[in-house]
Amino acid sequence: MAQLSLRAIKKRFKTTDVLHGIDLEVQDGELVVFVGPSGCGKSTLLRLIAGLDPISDGEFWLNGQLMNTIAPSRRGIAMVFQSYALYPHMDVYENMAFGARLMGLSTPDVEARIAEAARMLKLEPLLKRKPRELSGGQRQRVAIGRALVRKPKLLLLDEPLSNLDAALRSEVRLEIARLHREIGGTTIYVTHDQVEAMTLADRIVVMNQGRIEQFGSPRELYEHPANTFVATFIGSPKMALLPLTREGDSLRSAGYGALVPTHLPAAAERELLVGARPDAFVISPGSEGNGLEGRVVYTEYLGDNAYVYVRLGDDQLVSVRATPETNLPPDTPVRLDILPGKAHYFSRQTQQRIAA
Amino acid sequence: MTTKTYDHRPGLLATLGRDGLIQIILIANSFIMLAPIVIMIFSAFKTNAEIFRSPFALPDFTNVTSIMKIWSGTNFPLYLLNSFIVAASSIAVILTLGTMAAYAIARYEFRGANFILLFFLAGLTLPLKLAIIPLFILMRDLGLLDTRFSLICIYVATGLPTTVFIMTGFIRTLPNELEDAARMDGASEARIMWSIMLPLVKPAMVIAGIQNAVPIWNDFFFPLIFIQKDSLKTLPQGLTTFMGEYGTDWGVLFSGLTLSALPVIVLYIILSRQFINGMTAGAVK
Repeated sequence: MAQLSLRAIKKRFKTTDVLHGIDLEVQDGELVVFVGPSGCGKSTLLRLIAGLDPISDGEFWLNGQLMNTIAPSRRGIAMVFQSYALYPHMDVYENMAFGARLMGLSTPDVEARIAEAARMLKLEPLLKRKPRELSGGQRQRVAIGRALVRKPKLLLLDEPLSNLDAALRSEVRLEIARLHREIGGTTIYVTHDQVEAMTLADRIVVMNQGRIEQFGSPRELYEHPANTFVATFIGSPKMALLPLTREGDSLRSAGYGALVPTHLPAAAERELLVGARPDAFVISPGSEGNGLEGRVVYTEYLGDNAYVYVRLGDDQLVSVRATPETNLPPDTPVRLDILPGKAHYFSRQTQQRIAA
Repeated sequence: MTTKTYDHRPGLLATLGRDGLIQIILIANSFIMLAPIVIMIFSAFKTNAEIFRSPFALPDFTNVTSIMKIWSGTNFPLYLLNSFIVAASSIAVILTLGTMAAYAIARYEFRGANFILLFFLAGLTLPLKLAIIPLFILMRDLGLLDTRFSLICIYVATGLPTTVFIMTGFIRTLPNELEDAARMDGASEARIMWSIMLPLVKPAMVIAGIQNAVPIWNDFFFPLIFIQKDSLKTLPQGLTTFMGEYGTDWGVLFSGLTLSALPVIVLYIILSRQFINGMTAGAVK
């Protein structure tokens, strides 16, 4: 049970500002993912919430209680570290018991909690093993178990999948989703992988350079990105941003034709960035017809899909989703049009979304 | 293996291989190293006459008169006890202070941490024996001459620099996340050090311990200066009293040497696994 609110949180290391005023409200039972490129401050923010680093400025409230000066262990927060940070000289049972004992629980209580966590995470056969005798996935489960034994109000996960191989990663991802459903606690999850973020999160916080770019559900972020950063960060292959100039009802490019969209934003701004995901384009071979002129660079065949990379003008490379039957050799001249309602409009000056 | 023909004889290196040669050198080396120790042990079971007649012969191991004599007829047990008290307390103090100092230097960020480390390291460069006269005056003024405590003080002072140096290096390699995890678990700073960090630097403590224990156990110089009373002498100093002006009972002397080397050898055997673990730590992940 945890409701968490961050108010104008700032973090300074010596003279460099790492976080520039973070405001965030997390509801009880939510799984929130912090995502962003490396160095964006997401791990720093997690450490501030955990209490491992002091907050330079701003307030952190948990369940209506100010947490700024409260010791990490008294916040009712548990954390799973990127390297798992299992105590190497203790076996699995001792690893889980260490924190529980320090909470002042009686021995039968500690045993009961460990038994419960071990059952949930299928750790029963491993309790007597040392961390070095475990595989990566098992260590990960022990690390989560150690956190759960403390029955935290808030669970923090710092890039928990980054040390696992690809096959294990999706398995553990499902496991974490299942655990969150079963336990129902508030969880904050940090990752730099937008696929993890999209699949796990109730809501996603997209961070960049110490600021929150957007906070919303995966669907909101994908369908209504607030700015060009979120637009290009979420989704793979990433959204193309075309610098187009509005002239009446058409959008003119610098030397590779023009688009005549069915719907244009009401705002009068002329200098636009038009965003289009690979599935927003219609590709047609030949240099005649409507749309933007380009040449095929290469085609990626993926079985159920094919992505055609098209160069518009001198340096604008866009990816276009096409049917797998598409056979366009490199250098073929093509025309691109955007499907109705699939374009995102951003101001070229502010990089912010322009409402349709 | 190469096939042998009359016109092609494989050389030594080809027959034995590089590892084979290294093995031979190492075996020869261990013979050279072990020979004096073996002769010392053999001589402990011989009489003076036997030692001079056939120094390398196998002795009669049932002849323990020399050992009996040194154990019950001399101050040897007393010297052994003194050595033990001095060495054990010095090591205990060195490891306690050294580890705590190293822990603070390695794990906490504070102004002057580097200076303190360098200050300790400066101790490595001082040849303490050159300062023996001021040290003697100091001990005399403190009224510590002819006490075991004077030796412990000197040994702790000489042992701390290397200990802090070794321990700081080790403690720095421990991952920060481990400390963070323990902090999240609710461990106090003292418990983090005691329950999480120290068990992980045990190999380093063994290294630092042995590395200090052997020179302290064998030290002859400082007891010679500071200790005059026979009942307070340590082994190396005490054993010299067996060398008479006119005649020496070599059998008794060698059994004394054997018995005084025994504790260190036993210590090495017990701790060798940890010692080697510690020396190779970090070399292989």
